[in-house]
Amino acid sequence: MNFKVVLKILGILLVCEALLMLPSLGVAAYYGGGDAWAFALSFLITGLTGVPLSFIKTGKKRIYARDGFAIVALGWILLSFFGSLPFYISGAIPSFIDCFFETSSGFTTTGASILTHIEDLPRGILFWRSFTHWVGGMGVIVLTLAILPSVGAGSVQMMKAESPGPNPGKIVPKVGETAKILYGIYIIITIVEIILLKIAGLSYFDAAIHTFGTVGTGGFSNMNSSVGSYNNVPVEIIITIFTFICGANFSLHYQVLKGDLKAPLKDDEFRFYSGVVILSIILITINLYGSVFNSLWESLRHSSFQVVTIISTTGYSTTNTETWGMFSKIILFMLMFIGGCAGSTGGAIKNIRFLLLFKVMKRELLQIMHPNAVYSIRFGKRAVDEKTISEVLGFFFMYMVIFIAAVLIISFDNLDWATTITSVAATLGNVGPGFGMVGAAGNYSALSVLSKIVLSICMLIGRLEIYPILLITMPSFWRRINI
Amino acid sequence: MKIIIIGAGKVGYSLAESLSKSNHDVTIIDRSPIALGKAEENLEVLCIRGSGVSTGILMEAEIGTADLLIAVTNSDEVNMVCCLTAKKLGVKQTIARIRDPEYANELSILKEELELDLIINPEQTAAEEIVNVLNFPIAVNVENFAKGRVKMVEIKATEDMEVIGKPLKDIGSKLMSSVLIGVVVRNNEVIIPNGEFIIQENDNMYVIGKPSSLYSFCMLSGKAPHKIRNVMIEGGGRISIYLANLLTEMGIKVKLIEIDKEKCVRLSELLPGALIINGDGTDEELLKSENISDIDGFIAMTGMDEENLMSALLTKRIGVKKVIAKVSRVNYISIIKSLGIDSVINPKLITTNHILRFVRGNNIESLYRIIEGQAEITELIADKESKIINTKIKRLGLPKDVIIATIVRKKEVVIPHGNDIIREGDRVIVISKNKKISNLNEIVINPAGGV
Repeated sequence: MNFKVVLKILGILLVCEALLMLPSLGVAAYYGGGDAWAFALSFLITGLTGVPLSFIKTGKKRIYARDGFAIVALGWILLSFFGSLPFYISGAIPSFIDCFFETSSGFTTTGASILTHIEDLPRGILFWRSFTHWVGGMGVIVLTLAILPSVGAGSVQMMKAESPGPNPGKIVPKVGETAKILYGIYIIITIVEIILLKIAGLSYFDAAIHTFGTVGTGGFSNMNSSVGSYNNVPVEIIITIFTFICGANFSLHYQVLKGDLKAPLKDDEFRFYSGVVILSIILITINLYGSVFNSLWESLRHSSFQVVTIISTTGYSTTNTETWGMFSKIILFMLMFIGGCAGSTGGAIKNIRFLLLFKVMKRELLQIMHPNAVYSIRFGKRAVDEKTISEVLGFFFMYMVIFIAAVLIISFDNLDWATTITSVAATLGNVGPGFGMVGAAGNYSALSVLSKIVLSICMLIGRLEIYPILLITMPSFWRRINI
Repeated sequence: MKIIIIGAGKVGYSLAESLSKSNHDVTIIDRSPIALGKAEENLEVLCIRGSGVSTGILMEAEIGTADLLIAVTNSDEVNMVCCLTAKKLGVKQTIARIRDPEYANELSILKEELELDLIINPEQTAAEEIVNVLNFPIAVNVENFAKGRVKMVEIKATEDMEVIGKPLKDIGSKLMSSVLIGVVVRNNEVIIPNGEFIIQENDNMYVIGKPSSLYSFCMLSGKAPHKIRNVMIEGGGRISIYLANLLTEMGIKVKLIEIDKEKCVRLSELLPGALIINGDGTDEELLKSENISDIDGFIAMTGMDEENLMSALLTKRIGVKKVIAKVSRVNYISIIKSLGIDSVINPKLITTNHILRFVRGNNIESLYRIIEGQAEITELIADKESKIINTKIKRLGLPKDVIIATIVRKKEVVIPHGNDIIREGDRVIVISKNKKISNLNEIVINPAGGV
């Protein structure tokens, strides 16, 4: 482990975070909610911690895989810690654990909230809360890589550790260039959505808040009843479309922008993702029609919004899903595990892994029929190597182990079945609202401190795809000589 | 520049490493996920798994907008087809590695028909390089500049040499009249010496000058170069075939030891001028029975690095004056140099250097890299656009660690001093440390105040 290099990059990361607080400071000063000083103070604390670290002299040491994982894991924990300062200093959230929960929920684009009266908060705080979604969606490390002149060849290790999917790759040879392209696409999508939401009737502030929540697939709103409070169909349609787009792989967007309009249709994962979305919408619409809503249109409107917002792990709501039938709720619960595509801003296990798992399942069955046959698993036109497949199997198992372990700890709170299980599924998958007490109409404020800490860690584990956070808990990871 | 490399083997990898470090956009295509994995982890390159022959894969690598395709897979035929396909798909330039001696005579036809811009034959180049070294036996390494009119030799400083132990400026003008010690390598570190510099024992000096001046430099510094009249080559691979041919043409007698009987038969058909011996080159008895102690040069060229090193050490102990070993693994070279073998030849490194020279640009006549490019010796031609012409060198304001080593004008070879002037049409040999030069204007500090 190159501690000096790790510390230096963590320092740079904190400086970046301090700079990212400036827009919120501007918003707070503009609306005059009395929270501007909290941002100024947080900016100073974060910046003054980061600057000395970023001046550490490291010599010519490069970053290896282990350093990359350490940087990403520690970096995200530090980001959530320093990111909670504005909430704590301004007094918007009195308990520090709650602040940490809210911030990690923001950065990991979960959108789970402990706030009960969102509308009373000053606008600067609300802006920061949603802005963390925007930054966390594409990734803070990716942002750092885009801004900084190349950290060196090892920077791909950090990008790999932060970006979602089994084989996160570059779209152009240089890491820095890749990061710039990704953020470029991200910014374009953001601006387009803000403009569209403004046209649909939202104020600039509301449009920005909901855009950050959408493109980062986060789900924080500045309204207690989320998007439902506007009761505005065009707004819902815009948000549905953009959450769907941001749940897809950004390298597909790059290809589309470059002129290959058919690229998404040729991509196996995108087709699987679209298939799951369409099938779920149809099933839920049928289930809702007549029982919850009287018109087919209303059923379709709410089911499509809810399906897309859950599978992309955003977590907005237009209606209280508690009143829906069990069949619909279970489908939504299952979608929480599927999540977005690799290379998207969405969370959870990802479509590509499910697609590969289904293919492995089919192969195992075929193997019994023809014991000597050799089957290779194909993705698109190419065979997937066995290493990737075993990684996917391992990932799925670890995801389930963490899910069950976390459920076990939450069960100390002695809550109902739905709350206990879905709170973990919704935080681990970075969705946000679950069912029961933590459903669309409720929030996480009633949970115990232990549960809040566990769920915060679940969010980080889910966002960073398990390995980084688990690795830093292993003692041998830190030893200089580890055999 | 956008560069696509097909084949992530040793050559492909080291090319990708150098090219990506000099800020080119590099894409590597290879069929093996293991080879690609290494490149992906360590280098700033884009890796695509698949065959470079496939149009689909080439399209995925965006061949249409690429500037250069370098095909260095282990199959000549694949390399040729890759380059042909790529050219049809719109790449601007192609380089292929073609190494089979059977193609050696057809290279010019192949180059024309396949529209190749450069063909690299590592074995032939390596053989030429060995011949260079044999021509100047006290040198560890010899590099030609200005079409052979200027040579740079790498010489190891030994205690009996006169240059040791005093500052360079105090060494007699007779000795240093028309040569320049441009670079010194001490403990794997590159130093560009100034007048105060003192050479120590075991330093490797890179001396530049006319061949005749270098010869007298060696004579005067107490190391008379002896002429090599006969050599023994161990191993009958491709390099050995090229080498034996070149040496017999020069009138040097060649004895070739090869362990494989059938190969020996084929070699004796191919090389009528050489004596082929069937046996093991690491066998001391065999070497002695073949009068190894009377041999001027021994060249270990088998496919095994370890075997080459062993027999090189063995023959050095027996007392052969010039021992050369082929080593394929790049990372060993600095260790091997400390073992006492006179010269080490690495065909992969030679290939890489050749291709890099091509990529660097048309301005560059030759390029030689010392220790993975820590220092570079570049030969350029001054043209009208060069800002440094017609100015006294001392007024140019050369940055530290850049020196103008030699100026070659029609008939004269000048080791320049402060008052010399570079004129249009001169060949200029520049030594630079940690700075890549592809244009003469780059050697002067930017007057606008940039870096």
